[in-house]
Amino acid sequence: MNWTAAIPEIFLALSGLAILMLGVFVRREPTFLCSMLAVGALLLTAVLVLGGSDGAAYGGQFVVDPFSSFVKLLVLAAAALALVLSLDYNRREGLARLEYPVLMLFATLGMLVMASASNLMTLYLGLELQSLAIYVLAAFARDTLRSSEAGLKYFVLGALASGLLLYGISLVYGFTGGVGFAGMAQALADPVHASPGLIAGIVFIVAGLAFKISAVPFHMWTPDVYEGAPSPVTAFLATAPKVAAMALLLRVMVTPFGHLLGSWQLLIELVSIASMVLGALAAIGQTNIKRLMAYSSIGHMGYALIGLACGTPEGIRGVLVYLVIYVFMNAGTFACIIAMRRRGLAVEKIADLGGLGRSDPGLALAMAVFMFSMAGIPPMSGFFGKLYVFLPAVQSGLWTLAVIGVLTSVVGAYYYLRVVKVMYFDPGVEELDAPPASLSVLATGTALFTTLFFVFPGPFIGAAQAAARVLFG
Amino acid sequence: MNAVGFPILSLLTWLPLVGGLVILSVRGDEATVAANARWTALWTSLIVFALSLILWVRFDRTEPGFQFVESLPWLPEYGVGYRMGVDGISVLFVLLATALTPICILSAWDVIRTRVREFMLAFLILETMMVGMFCAADFIVFYMFFEGVLIPMFLIIGVWGGPRRVYAAIKFFLYTLLGSVLMLLALLAIWHQAGTTDLAVLLHTAIPPAMQSWLFFAFLASFAVKVPMWPVHTWLPDAHVEAPTAGSVILAGVLLKMGAYGFLRFSVPMLPLASAEFAPLIYALSVIAVIYTSAVALAQTDMKKLIAYSSVAHMGVVTIGIFTFNVQGIAGALFQMLSHGVVSAALFLCVGVVYDRMHTREIARYGGLVHRMPAYAVTFLVFTMASIGLPGTAGFVGEFLVLVGSLRVNFWLALLGGSGMILGAAYMLYMYRRVVFGRLTREDLKSILDLSPREVALFAPLVILTLWMGIYPSSFTTFFDASVGAMVDQHAAFFPPVQLAGVLAR
Repeated sequence: MNWTAAIPEIFLALSGLAILMLGVFVRREPTFLCSMLAVGALLLTAVLVLGGSDGAAYGGQFVVDPFSSFVKLLVLAAAALALVLSLDYNRREGLARLEYPVLMLFATLGMLVMASASNLMTLYLGLELQSLAIYVLAAFARDTLRSSEAGLKYFVLGALASGLLLYGISLVYGFTGGVGFAGMAQALADPVHASPGLIAGIVFIVAGLAFKISAVPFHMWTPDVYEGAPSPVTAFLATAPKVAAMALLLRVMVTPFGHLLGSWQLLIELVSIASMVLGALAAIGQTNIKRLMAYSSIGHMGYALIGLACGTPEGIRGVLVYLVIYVFMNAGTFACIIAMRRRGLAVEKIADLGGLGRSDPGLALAMAVFMFSMAGIPPMSGFFGKLYVFLPAVQSGLWTLAVIGVLTSVVGAYYYLRVVKVMYFDPGVEELDAPPASLSVLATGTALFTTLFFVFPGPFIGAAQAAARVLFG
Repeated sequence: MNAVGFPILSLLTWLPLVGGLVILSVRGDEATVAANARWTALWTSLIVFALSLILWVRFDRTEPGFQFVESLPWLPEYGVGYRMGVDGISVLFVLLATALTPICILSAWDVIRTRVREFMLAFLILETMMVGMFCAADFIVFYMFFEGVLIPMFLIIGVWGGPRRVYAAIKFFLYTLLGSVLMLLALLAIWHQAGTTDLAVLLHTAIPPAMQSWLFFAFLASFAVKVPMWPVHTWLPDAHVEAPTAGSVILAGVLLKMGAYGFLRFSVPMLPLASAEFAPLIYALSVIAVIYTSAVALAQTDMKKLIAYSSVAHMGVVTIGIFTFNVQGIAGALFQMLSHGVVSAALFLCVGVVYDRMHTREIARYGGLVHRMPAYAVTFLVFTMASIGLPGTAGFVGEFLVLVGSLRVNFWLALLGGSGMILGAAYMLYMYRRVVFGRLTREDLKSILDLSPREVALFAPLVILTLWMGIYPSSFTTFFDASVGAMVDQHAAFFPPVQLAGVLAR
């Protein structure tokens, strides 16, 4: 048994426990120390992931391959960014408790397990570990009504989604006689074996995972939870779990069910189209920037799903590239949102950004970069994300998806432009407070990444290519 | 490798951005920053212009293909490269863009008083995008710059524009974006088909006839909005009226040429069958544009709006010329684009001169300016005549060539397209008479000042250029003769001679 394959996960679990103990026994205020240690643990885990060797372990339930490493690195980066985002916010909002970084570590651990899952049971284990930690995080501001409501809402709906997923797993198990991906792929090599019961099981699994990536029609929780949860938690929620759940969806659909492409392609197409359309239209009327970001993320997941709907290595590559770009521009946007404070109080109306172009040109510039990038305007990175999902769609002849995709991106551009308009064209409202250094640095870094991605796309696309190829054996 | 031994096109493209970084790094109080930003922007754009003159001198006018070629691997495994190169069709547009940018910056010198640093930065970024777009010899690179133009232009209209600037800016952005994304799909289809995005290769790649129609309409959606062709021209009057003078100048001078350039660069050479098939559609839209927008221009009371509508009419002549597929028509279209770039830019500057003094563009608010502003009246007259197409000015050559080219296609096309010249004379002279001639009755006009030295410096090169292009057009046409000839030959090769003869006889 090759237990060393899971060293990064084991290390992360142990450091989570150690940080928890340390936090309990340290006398002075432990949160900052714990957060820093948690960031360190995430980075060290990333190093371990990089140094790990490929292979399957634990009786084939756990697999390490370029795909899992790619996803893990992205998840770790997203978690580290979200943790840095929370430092200043939690201190000001009185949320600075040591459980915060610890919960985040465990959520991340769940995502790492998800990335390596090659068995429906491992999949469920990772997903639940991740979800349970995030339910608590969403309700972390326990004294505010909105946050408690967000946590509860997410929990109830999430539990329902887990139920759907489990039901789907049991159906699939019943009809294929196994829960291991490799065995299932063999059993289903001939599409004739796809009985209606199995298809129903796949639909339930897709539904459970679609909930996690907040794709339409399982998106209802997203705006409320995004708005209610503390902003750094929203930032975390919008990035890392999306990546992990999307990766899981990719692996499940492509490895065991890959031969049934004809059966599930239409399903993914419909989910993708619905997400893109709803993400574009529903966001137009929003006045709260966090709700806007919720609808925006629904739309983005719709675009990413285009790649999955193609069911080709190029399509999967497109999804992975999209996720990388999405994580960095989203983290940056949330850095700007968290920096929105007036006289010490957090504000989150879009109108509060009025005149930011004059009062804080640097922050406004960063935000504008992210908005143009999300709208998919070159040379920002968001354009390349879209390029790499539209290309496989065109190659596979999915013209409907491609055309709807570009048209909704124009509609989407309207509300992103509106944010830019408020910052640059509208008269100033009362100035925002100067952002803390951690947020400025993070926003600048991610803005540079977003702007300069076009200079060095090669390594990212190459890595995504290698990762995508693995899924197709 | 390269005729000059260093990557001149990349230098031209990215140097403005370096100037922008310098502007960003300036610290100090607002007046210092503004002064520094102005001078840095002016010098950067002047240096870029001086460098671009190397193209004028070293360009080999007998070579139809790409010159000054640069190629760096970007995404080599997918056939995408950072490829730059200019041929006879694009080289003069590079020069047009580099020449107009310093003029725009100078025209905004004391007019733009708020957020000067951001204004100059936006203009330098805009120059990077424009020059890069005309230099791009790779489809993806082209598309990046083509859409990238939207960002600085959106900000220029929206931040420094008139009262309805927000509406105009967002309309401008969404209209053009909607067109461009459809082109993106066409681009992806071509990429998939050919396996590369190298323009030099794509120009000689045969695209299946079944695909050509779809691709043609996807391109049409993008370029028709940019040109703009009737009926998708409605963003243009709004954008022009609300944009600051410098924005209008660059919009009319360079950005409108991007659409027609796209037709010439992609639609005609890559999709010859579809282009020929749908040429009548283009003719119809163009003729409507010429006649309808000329009539609309006649009724305008706002000077900028009038010139904006006249731009639509002039660009209609350009699209007719492009789709005649003969040497005269295409060369005429190119010349018309260049002359329109100079003349309409100058006309917007002329409007800007009186707007800066009186803060109104209502034609009725003026009258009798010749008594107080003789130099201005002469300058304005030169450009009015050039816009009408008076022989001896830049406007004549292009329109004449297009007329000759369209006569070879169809008499009625030439007649209707040519009616634009008559209608143009009507609305331009009518406006000129109301603004410049007549009695000076309004009190506030009696103290209006003639051109300042800065304004003379703005207009002098444009006047010289207008007359030069009108009197000795060969110094410009020789640039694109070889490329246009090659393009026409390539196009004709797709059609058997019998059929071609039939087209000629029609």
